Amino acid sequence: MKIKLTAKPGTTSEIKTGNWREQHYPEIDHEKCIGCGMCDTVCPEGICFNTGEKNKAGKFFYEKDLDYCKGCGLCAEACPVKAITMREEKK
Amino acid sequence: MKKILEGSRAIAETIKNIGVDVVSCYPITPQTHIVEDLAKFKADGEADYEYVRAESEFAAMSILVGASAAGARTYTATSSQGLLLMTEVLYNVAGMRLPIVMTDANRAISAPINIWNDQQDAVTVRDAGWIMLYGENNQEVCDLHVLAYKIAEACQIPVMVNLDGFVLTHTLEIIEIIDSKSIKKYLPAFKPSEKLDPKDPLTFGAFATPKHYMEIRQELHDDVVASKKMIAKEMTSFKKYFGRKLSLVDYYGDKSADTVVVAMGSVLGTIKDAIDELKKSGKKVGVLKVSSLRPFPAEEIIKEIGNKKNVIVIDKSLSLGEEGILAGELKRSFYGKSKATITSVIMGLGGRDITKEMIKKAITQAGKSRNQAVFIGK
Repeated sequence: MKIKLTAKPGTTSEIKTGNWREQHYPEIDHEKCIGCGMCDTVCPEGICFNTGEKNKAGKFFYEKDLDYCKGCGLCAEACPVKAITMREEKK
Repeated sequence: MKKILEGSRAIAETIKNIGVDVVSCYPITPQTHIVEDLAKFKADGEADYEYVRAESEFAAMSILVGASAAGARTYTATSSQGLLLMTEVLYNVAGMRLPIVMTDANRAISAPINIWNDQQDAVTVRDAGWIMLYGENNQEVCDLHVLAYKIAEACQIPVMVNLDGFVLTHTLEIIEIIDSKSIKKYLPAFKPSEKLDPKDPLTFGAFATPKHYMEIRQELHDDVVASKKMIAKEMTSFKKYFGRKLSLVDYYGDKSADTVVVAMGSVLGTIKDAIDELKKSGKKVGVLKVSSLRPFPAEEIIKEIGNKKNVIVIDKSLSLGEEGILAGELKRSFYGKSKATITSVIMGLGGRDITKEMIKKAITQAGKSRNQAVFIGK
């Protein structure tokens, strides 16, 4: 056996998987966001994150990382203030 | 030490002496006694392997994938529907090059549901990338298990040792069980080149795109081909260690016979008796035992019987709509290399006893070339 069949884990930090996304992506309305972190909790890919910045209401708001987002829409479903909208993506 | 043992018990004792680390099983007739005995050894404090009673055969084999990847010497046994339920994992085991050894107590496949012996189960996963060995009697089956670990670990290819369910698993024979001290001398400790370790994480069974997949599959193919040489070498070495002969093919009977019967497994005993009787009445017939379906010993078979006129292949399995599996293998191997007429005879499906009279009837098919199999059931 000459071909190495095993691989070191963590290769996705180099290989972006966002291009697998189905045809919708989340858009977060920073002004509506209350910083509850529900989107981060439900995201299977862990791509919603606290930006550390505050909106006009003084709340920390969230952003998404489209390099890894698969477009499942769970964040939009779970957001208690409907700050996330799934938008159609034209590829 | 020689003992009178049931086939299943003899296999269990051999596995215990081999010194496996993890046994993961789900019981199924006619394999049950093997895994029961292994569980009892563990419960009685006679063995120190980890014994996992899985919730299905799919789980049993999956548990071994993890155990083997973590560097453990592993074992399981199954039969029939259980083997089919494992199918997806069997391909993964071979593809991940894990040297798992498994016993398959050969049994018929449903439907109709039938718990008795034939050889349809194992041949159904013939192309999974496992080395597939067949024992004629329980002594040979036990010896093949010791050999199996040597080959599996050296070639990084899993090995399935086949024996006829009930006919062998539930039959008592005088058997010499190789003790653990002697096995240790023959079989070095399992030292995988890479293994799972939480301190140094590794991905097994990783994704392979069209850029890499084909070469990986070709390498597995090449290594299964190359394993034949290793098996032959280890069989010779086995004789030096333990004094008993193992071989890829074995010819029995008159060398000048122009008709030969080819088979795998326990039916060979009946065939040998039948041709001994025919010899008394002046009819010369030979028998060729095939001990390995993968890798297939094509050159060895042609060397032994390529010059014969008629070859009758007795199969306890078939590709429905075509012919016996072993018969098909022979036809493929003989193409352009031998002028023998090969006849596929199907016998003993679903536990139908194969008698000497049936074998003699099969021999009357010699030279009758057909495209499809002949069934002989009485």
